[in-house]
Amino acid sequence: MANPQTAEIATELSKGSENVKKSSPITEFWKKFKKQRLAMVSGIFVLLLVIITIFGPAIAPYSAEEPDYVNVLQGSSWDHLAGTDAFGRDIFSRIIIGTRISLFVGTISVLLGAVVGTILGLVSAFYGKWVDSFIMRICDVLFAFPGILLAIGIIAILGPGLGNVIIAISIFNIPNFARIVRGSALSVKATVYVEATKSIGAKNRRLIWKHIFPGTASSIIVNFTMRIGTAILTAASLSFLGLGAQPPTPEWGAMLSNGRDYLSTSPHVTFYPGLAIFLTVLAFNLLGDGLRDTLDPKIKD
Amino acid sequence: MLQYVVKRLIGIIPILFLVSIFIFLFVHLIPGDPARLVAGQDATLQDVEVVRQELGLDQPIHIQYFNFISGIFQGDIGSSIKTGRPVFNEIASRFMPTFWLTFWSMIWAVIVGLLIGVISATKRNKWQDYLGMFGAVSGISMPSFWLGLLLIQVFAVQLGWLPVGGLESWKSYVLPSITLGSGVAAVVARFSRSSLMDILKDDYIRTGRAKGLNEHKVVWGHGLKNAMIPVVTMTGLQFGFLLGGSIVIETVFSWPGLGRLLIDSVAFRDYPVIQAEMLLFALEFILINLIVDLIYGFLNPQIRYD
Repeated sequence: MANPQTAEIATELSKGSENVKKSSPITEFWKKFKKQRLAMVSGIFVLLLVIITIFGPAIAPYSAEEPDYVNVLQGSSWDHLAGTDAFGRDIFSRIIIGTRISLFVGTISVLLGAVVGTILGLVSAFYGKWVDSFIMRICDVLFAFPGILLAIGIIAILGPGLGNVIIAISIFNIPNFARIVRGSALSVKATVYVEATKSIGAKNRRLIWKHIFPGTASSIIVNFTMRIGTAILTAASLSFLGLGAQPPTPEWGAMLSNGRDYLSTSPHVTFYPGLAIFLTVLAFNLLGDGLRDTLDPKIKD
Repeated sequence: MLQYVVKRLIGIIPILFLVSIFIFLFVHLIPGDPARLVAGQDATLQDVEVVRQELGLDQPIHIQYFNFISGIFQGDIGSSIKTGRPVFNEIASRFMPTFWLTFWSMIWAVIVGLLIGVISATKRNKWQDYLGMFGAVSGISMPSFWLGLLLIQVFAVQLGWLPVGGLESWKSYVLPSITLGSGVAAVVARFSRSSLMDILKDDYIRTGRAKGLNEHKVVWGHGLKNAMIPVVTMTGLQFGFLLGGSIVIETVFSWPGLGRLLIDSVAFRDYPVIQAEMLLFALEFILINLIVDLIYGFLNPQIRYD
């Protein structure tokens, strides 16, 4: 053992064989995930955002919607860390209270899309034949509308508002999950243990949910985390375009949009909400990258 | 090769058909009566009926679909509710500004993205790699409208080097193209890095090195050529991202293109224009994907025998 790296691997291996009975998939995961420092920091940041989401209004030093016409468009100070907007409202407080909206819209819309997409993907992979081609053709149609366009089209039908943004982004996420789950379910379906379960006469529903679905779980988790970042970004874009949250809601994208008129005199009104979006999406993306490297090394970006 | 092209061409027919149905149904999915919308809120019942007949909305739905499709081929896709002008004319004048904006964004994004990707892959786990990949993940996470406003703030408002918005000279293209392309540059960088790293592990690369070729020739000559194949596909798909992104960017920069027209139309509930724009964007995207597939088949002979 001249090579110190080989020695290290050897001790790692021997340690591993000692605890082989004790280590559950979760401790195994944790051991690998801990090494991804950037993802760990992002995970802590996301946790912080969740805490802010729960206690937001209690932490925020000022009200989010009450105007204060004495302190209009002030820059950063100890009283107003991120300055005030055109109505004298404290931007820092509005960002804190708005965290709830961005996180909620992002998570719920991806969750809805993931549930529907996963079911479609599993059904598609399991039954194959015309069911598969039918579902995949529908996905192709949804994929034919580039990027945010599908969401804008749906909002054009349903009308502007945060609730409709959630519906639009959910639909936008369905084909993505359907394809990924289908691909991963197809490879699980081909494994020996599924074949074996089938041969002892297991019912279809049991096969899908007890045996194939768990095999696709890691790709669903990875994709879920990665899509939250995109969903938050899309929701903020829609609100920026005036199609999502309406004033005076402290939604980050809408705040940015309101600040556009004061860009030359008070750039801080647009700067801080944008920074909040950027850091939040960055954290989710880095967390997703880390989860992917830990859970599913086969998937690449 | 010809067989492959024909197969791909036939393959998009069902998608085109389904997309056209989807867009046709679009106007019928809107809550309320489309004829009343076109006629206006103050119109009498009689007026509404006249409009309904003019639009052909009184006919059975399959006839309506047929009329819709034949209208597309004749360049007649209805009139804007807002201006009363034919939708075709509204869109035609807006097409080129959006086309050139996406074109220039794509060009710089691919060049810069590839460069970052190759540097990161060859300097794996060195500071260049970390810097490049952190820049890339930031580029993906950055809200484009925020980046656009920051660039306006610095280069237009404070330094005064470039215009704030609108389309007047070549200078007008600089800031919107940077903003629109940054996300694509980031994706290309990430993707070309992982693709090149995979290739650099291959046997023929080792052979190249063993033969004593210099590293430069191995990476750029042997590695990159093969690493490019998946990158081409990925880049093509990013066109969709650009088309979607242009909608947001055009609003930030008051760009006289299709994206801003779409947002204005949604605000005004100008459904014929929205419908036509959705159709145009989808067609463009399907067409680009087809071209990308053909290039892919051309670059990778294996694919043709599937």
